[in-house]
Amino acid sequence: MSDLVVQGVGGGLAAVARRRYLLTLLVRKELRVRYRASVLGLGWSYVKPAVTFAVYFVGLGLVLRQNSIEDYAVYLFGGLVVVAAFSEALGNATRSVVANGELVRKVFLPRELFPVASVCVAGVHLLPQLVVLLVGALVAGWRPDPVGVVALVACVVLTGLLATGLGLLLSAVDVLFRDVENVVDLVLTVLVWASPVLYPTHLVESLLGAGSWGYALYQHNPLTVAVDLVHRATWAGASPGNAALVPPDLAVRTVVALAVAVGLVALGQNVFRRLSGHFAQEL
Amino acid sequence: MVEGESVALLGRNGSGKSTLLKLVAGVMAPDAGCVRVRGRLAGLLEVGAGFHPDLTGRENVHLNASILGMDPRAIRARFDEIVEFADIGPFLDTQVRFYSSGMFLRLAFSVAVHTEPDVFLVDEVLAVGDEAFRDKCLTRIERLSDEGRTLVVVSHDLPLVERLCRRGVVLDSGRLVHDGPVREAVEHLRAVL
Repeated sequence: MSDLVVQGVGGGLAAVARRRYLLTLLVRKELRVRYRASVLGLGWSYVKPAVTFAVYFVGLGLVLRQNSIEDYAVYLFGGLVVVAAFSEALGNATRSVVANGELVRKVFLPRELFPVASVCVAGVHLLPQLVVLLVGALVAGWRPDPVGVVALVACVVLTGLLATGLGLLLSAVDVLFRDVENVVDLVLTVLVWASPVLYPTHLVESLLGAGSWGYALYQHNPLTVAVDLVHRATWAGASPGNAALVPPDLAVRTVVALAVAVGLVALGQNVFRRLSGHFAQEL
Repeated sequence: MVEGESVALLGRNGSGKSTLLKLVAGVMAPDAGCVRVRGRLAGLLEVGAGFHPDLTGRENVHLNASILGMDPRAIRARFDEIVEFADIGPFLDTQVRFYSSGMFLRLAFSVAVHTEPDVFLVDEVLAVGDEAFRDKCLTRIERLSDEGRTLVVVSHDLPLVERLCRRGVVLDSGRLVHDGPVREAVEHLRAVL
């Protein structure tokens, strides 16, 4: 005979892992629903980044002459892909519990599924863009190298963990204070400027001062690390001079950023579990 | 409650019946005390929670069954039975938003009763479809109960409750005011109302 158990105790991410099938169904549903009745369908996930890229490339690259960066197209696209994936993941994850309010109120299922599904959907969108990035880098003269592969994997893992941790945290708080989603939107619009996506790092270094704490903060922003990683993985190998321009200490900063991201996942899970008892009442 | 019991939760609007079900289901957490359940639980707190209008009937069956806790193998094994029970004819691969409300409820209810839980929570959802289908649903629930599954029903439909349940619990403002055989509970409630 099975044991008496309290229903609905949050099992955290482990519970999500046990319900993988439901997770895949939720991800598929999300993709289906987002592109319902649209002719282009998943093609929109190419068009949007293509337009963003074109705007920055023309505006910054050609007009403001940032194309002093060698292989600026690869540099720009790599960073944009990472930041866009993170923005999409976090933006949707933050809203995910509120958006699924009806389910949360009626059926018990591990609610962590919702933010995790949002992150997975962003991952599905990221994949073809990475392929485009790699093809573009190949055309620009890049050839795969082992360290680069590790950097790319680290970049994706880091971005995913960050989005999951923050997504869990913010989606739970969003149930209590809907202001959160507006704040997140605001922060996400600034995000692309807070990492070396559009401009080279040395401009920030000379602005803030090499030894200043402001620059250290900028450098240790986990998303900056993710952008540096994608640059290291692709852009660095495209032209001979590029590798020297990748900011130093990347390996150390990667380890720190991964530790921060894992910490955020733990924190997010904890907060989520504590608040999830109130979800049904608040929604 | 013991295993295999069929209990009706009765009381006026706002007396705490649905809240109690939600506590059992784990959707809400109690302020004090704890509610524990043995075995697998399925809450039919609302038919069709988790159905998405833009997905087809087929996709919704998979999604909803999975939400209610069925694993993929069980869903595949039961799929035909679910569809046959719902009896929605050729509309299985049509998006649910084109369904009539009756068809929608049929499919949703069919998924719910095929999850085969050990404990089955039913909240005011038995006003499903036409009379023939409603009767089919009740028969199905009775069968679940006869198989030794535990049943907790919230309803204002007193004859229905008398048909489905043995034990009746009357709540008032969140407090238990009567607990006994369902007939007595119904009489108690009628006297109070």
